[in-house]
Amino acid sequence: MKKLGRTGQGYLLNTIIIVLLFTAAQLVTAAFGGEGSFKLVLVPSIWQCCYLMILAASLNLVLGFLGQLSLGHCGFMAVGAYTAALLSLACERAELFKDKEGVVFILVLFACVLAAGILSALIGLLVGIPALRLKGDYLAIITLGFGMIIINIINNLPFCGQDGLALGSAAASLYKNGLGFGTKSKVEFLWAALLVTIISITLMFMFVRSKYGRAIRAIRDDEIAAAASGINTSYYKVLTFAYSAFFAGVAGALYSCTNATLSTSSFAFTNGGILNSTFIVVMVVLGGMGSITGSVAAAVIMFFINYQIKNGSWVDALPAAVQAVFQYPMLVYAIVLIVVIMFRPRGIFGSYEFSLINLKRDLKAALERRAAARSERKEARSNG
Amino acid sequence: MLEIKDLNVFYGAIHALKGVSLTVDEGELVSLIGANGAGKTTTLHTISGLITASSGTVMLDGQDLQKASPHRIINMGLAHVPEGRHVFARMTVEENLRMGAYILKDQKKINENLEKVYSHFPRLKERWKQLAGTLSGGEQQMLATGRALMTDPRIVLMDEPSMGLSPLLVKEIFSIIQQLHDSGITILLVEQNAKMALAISDRAYVLETGCIAMSGKASELAEDDRVRKAYLGA
Repeated sequence: MKKLGRTGQGYLLNTIIIVLLFTAAQLVTAAFGGEGSFKLVLVPSIWQCCYLMILAASLNLVLGFLGQLSLGHCGFMAVGAYTAALLSLACERAELFKDKEGVVFILVLFACVLAAGILSALIGLLVGIPALRLKGDYLAIITLGFGMIIINIINNLPFCGQDGLALGSAAASLYKNGLGFGTKSKVEFLWAALLVTIISITLMFMFVRSKYGRAIRAIRDDEIAAAASGINTSYYKVLTFAYSAFFAGVAGALYSCTNATLSTSSFAFTNGGILNSTFIVVMVVLGGMGSITGSVAAAVIMFFINYQIKNGSWVDALPAAVQAVFQYPMLVYAIVLIVVIMFRPRGIFGSYEFSLINLKRDLKAALERRAAARSERKEARSNG
Repeated sequence: MLEIKDLNVFYGAIHALKGVSLTVDEGELVSLIGANGAGKTTTLHTISGLITASSGTVMLDGQDLQKASPHRIINMGLAHVPEGRHVFARMTVEENLRMGAYILKDQKKINENLEKVYSHFPRLKERWKQLAGTLSGGEQQMLATGRALMTDPRIVLMDEPSMGLSPLLVKEIFSIIQQLHDSGITILLVEQNAKMALAISDRAYVLETGCIAMSGKASELAEDDRVRKAYLGA
């Protein structure tokens, strides 16, 4: 057998650990499933974390690795959510499955996720080809506009209904007939959410580690030099944009699984909820632009903050003024972002990727850096 | 080898190149000198496809470059060292060089070229692990040049390699260019430092507000009164 290189060893170690964790999650679910707070709080939280992680990581591809400011990421998520929801309703009407049971349902579930990704990617391609000719602020404005336009389009499509899926001609409850999972099915299909997340994050990770990833980082650092090195810059930009949109669509499909009905107002540019394009940008910046693992961590952190200020029992003990601030979660996110940027200007992870196989080496390097900084300060003090 | 005929380029209403023609033969070092805004960089950008000309032809060994996009042109054996030391600041020196060989598939060939570049620029080998953004100006210029050489090009376009460097480094960069030329690489050099450029070139063209004003052997141009007055400060 050929000896594995360091990268190979890393992949092997990651695979083993992911499989172990995944099996553990399965066992825990089997043991505690359907009971108390595990069913009512933890599992729905994991579902939300799953799509937030995919969403943040996918935006990071464009924002952190390609270096283009895109503010319409929720638009792609909306496309994915509606595609998955409508497809599942159509399958139910065609009587492919009943009561979310059987192998066919599982197949339909994954088909919906895939279809959501593909349609989002196609729309990403359509938007990306003209939009990526622009740079910086102009691209931000175009993508911002896209996020708003797509919502209006969905609102006015006859089969989507004015108020999302609740009213239109597809007036069927997603919860009852389509993908929408209640708490019981969320426990039952937790493995599917985890699996989709693992696969998505892995694919994105492999993308940034590949030849393509190197090319887009080169474009981020210096577009002229990249073109002079023989990199087809517009091709790679559009490709990354579409790749990122694909996973936003996948995240949208997972989102539609967690809801009884869909409404376009959940995907607006700003709203009080957890899902809007600004919130995703905040997650990416918080985690570190150019770090997939950073985005994953930031998604969990932001979800936790959001959950705590809305549902935490400790909130009641706070003075009324603070509670009033908590009525507007966007304010709290802004404060969190300011604090993080003050102490870690490049985000929590910077461009560092957490890795088990390099953990020892990275920790050692970090400690050495800290010691060096400390001795430097000491020297400066004794000299001054 | 490289043949440019009657090139016209517009930036909006501004007529930047007015019928520029020039040729570079195999193994030559040709320099293109001229003042700020004469159109030197525009000429290079048009050759490597970053700008499209409104009329005129750019032929490399009989192939028309005007129809090809920048990344294809590199495949044809033409490399471009852009002005102002464009390096990938957040990558290491070696990663930068490997990016230069992006279009090559053969790992062995890439490693070979890497060794060749390191032999031209021993300083880069010393710093192979350093982030390119932390290199000095001269080292960044070496890196940008080395990166262009990674594809083993037949002709290299160099845009103002001496820009913003200290006199000592300018000397070093020019001696490296000379050394590359001696090893058989064809070079089209754009420079504001006319004195140094003319000293190492075989032939030269003088560009004035978008037109070729003079051309000839570099040694003869260096003696020409008009050139001496306008560009050599004598």
